[in-house]
Amino acid sequence: MQDYAQEVGALTMRWVKRLSREKFSMLFTLFQPMVFWLIFFGNLFQRATDTQVVQAPSYIAFLAAGVVVMTILNNGLAGGVDLLFDKENGFLERLMSTPISRTSVIISRFIFVMTITSLQVLVILGVAYLFGVHPVTGIGGVVVIIGIGLLFGIGLTAISMALAFSVKSHGDFFSMLGFLSLPMIFLSTALVPLTAMPWWMSWLARLNPMTWAIDAVRPLILTGWTAALPSIAIVVVVMVVFDAVCLYGAAKAFQKTLG
Amino acid sequence: MGVTVSGPAIAPAIEAAGLSKVYPGGTTAAEDISFQVGAGEVFGLLGPNGAGKTTTLRILITVLRPSGGHARVLGLDVVEQPTQVRQLIGYVPQERAIDRFLTGREHLELLAALYHLPKAHAAARIDEVLSLVGLAHKADEVARNYSGGMKRKLDIACGLIPSPKVLFMDEPTLGLDVESRLKIWDHIRELKARGITILLTTNYLDEADQLCDRIAIIDAGRVKAMGSPSELKAGLGGDVVSLTLSPADLAKVEGLSQAIKGQAGVRAVSTKQNVLDIRVASPESSLPAILSAVTAQGCRLEFVEYHRPRLDDVFLAYTGRKIKDE
Repeated sequence: MQDYAQEVGALTMRWVKRLSREKFSMLFTLFQPMVFWLIFFGNLFQRATDTQVVQAPSYIAFLAAGVVVMTILNNGLAGGVDLLFDKENGFLERLMSTPISRTSVIISRFIFVMTITSLQVLVILGVAYLFGVHPVTGIGGVVVIIGIGLLFGIGLTAISMALAFSVKSHGDFFSMLGFLSLPMIFLSTALVPLTAMPWWMSWLARLNPMTWAIDAVRPLILTGWTAALPSIAIVVVVMVVFDAVCLYGAAKAFQKTLG
Repeated sequence: MGVTVSGPAIAPAIEAAGLSKVYPGGTTAAEDISFQVGAGEVFGLLGPNGAGKTTTLRILITVLRPSGGHARVLGLDVVEQPTQVRQLIGYVPQERAIDRFLTGREHLELLAALYHLPKAHAAARIDEVLSLVGLAHKADEVARNYSGGMKRKLDIACGLIPSPKVLFMDEPTLGLDVESRLKIWDHIRELKARGITILLTTNYLDEADQLCDRIAIIDAGRVKAMGSPSELKAGLGGDVVSLTLSPADLAKVEGLSQAIKGQAGVRAVSTKQNVLDIRVASPESSLPAILSAVTAQGCRLEFVEYHRPRLDDVFLAYTGRKIKDE
């Protein structure tokens, strides 16, 4: 147990050190979603959207939940990238030749991605606050939002790591990411509510776990606990199933590559 | 825990018995590979790219499961007891497996934690390996700024962190400049002097010849020959006198070859266009007779060369090709 903590601690610190050495990339990772989506997109569409349709005091207030979950999505899906590079340059094999538990590399990655994502969610909510979006459920709501983020993020990071272990080249990996990420965003309630979508898109959006996450986060910001609790109950069930499927797939991919 | 290294009863440090690996696509990377490496030996797997050397090595370091056969390292089965094996070995991968954002020291700290060294012990060990490979002055610089040779030294330092009894090195000098190669060779000799058993793969003949106590020549997934470089060379049977005739005398090559085959002390003659390679027991006694046969046949010589058998002759003899024709 002490050995396991030592391994996971050292591997997690490696990810932290890497991020801190890549100053530019760190800034970009932390601030890109807020700048692009919340500030630009939110203000751009402020007057083009109908508050009757989005059922929110402003478009930014509506969008905040979407941006939070989009950030979780993007961080999760990119969570395997560093392992992909480790696999390609032989670093992973070096790690696997040491007497560590086979899971510690993966666990270190989960810890790192989840921590960064949670920090980012806090920053996004902080920026939204500056634009007048004050979560009605307060600190308790923010804690629940981060909890939902962790539940969703685990499955996504698992998918990303599974991909990293299975793809032949990193070109394949990045095209798969691009292929997954944008449709996930458009076919969800991140940008518009279900009622504003063409029937077939709203139908597809209902199959998207991201929609369920957003539908639980949004009332926490806009309406209050009474409206949020049923959605939270549903999202927990959806995410447990989603995570179970993703983790099973990732475990298979991991076993296949690393035995 | 003194381990005696002399005496034939001691189990070999590395033992591969009938190892094979067939990849899911159906490619056979290794077939019936068997060899034993004694404690303290430097053993080389020599062969061209794709011969199955790296596959064999990856099985031995427990990161790849064999499809058949078994292997033991220090008496431990690599499939049944992988964690115990990993505890005792060091590994220097083929690629420069370096994280360019970390400093040299941070690499070693990470590895020390993965081998579960206590902190105080780790710091001492890290200083020791840094000075052993001559990287102490660059230890706190990020690896992005390292030259190829320095990255290789860091790779080796990483492999030495666990104080391994057996060190596996995959192509230790691939792609290095001459000066760095010679330095790496010195490090390998120094490790041998400290009693570490080393298994290395290489496709450089001179590297195998200079460094290895014994080598296995591997081609197309199989062991083609095994022994010490000098045994393998001696096994070819004698030195080589190579005659190059003037191209105008191409028609006379066959006659000359027949004439020389009858001479005392000549073991074999092979011809390729206007070149005759003559294997002789002793060039001093055979050369006069060979030259008089040349004169008797009325041939003009363009070039005469004499050399002791080299490892490339051995490679050619066992695999039917030169190591670099791919």
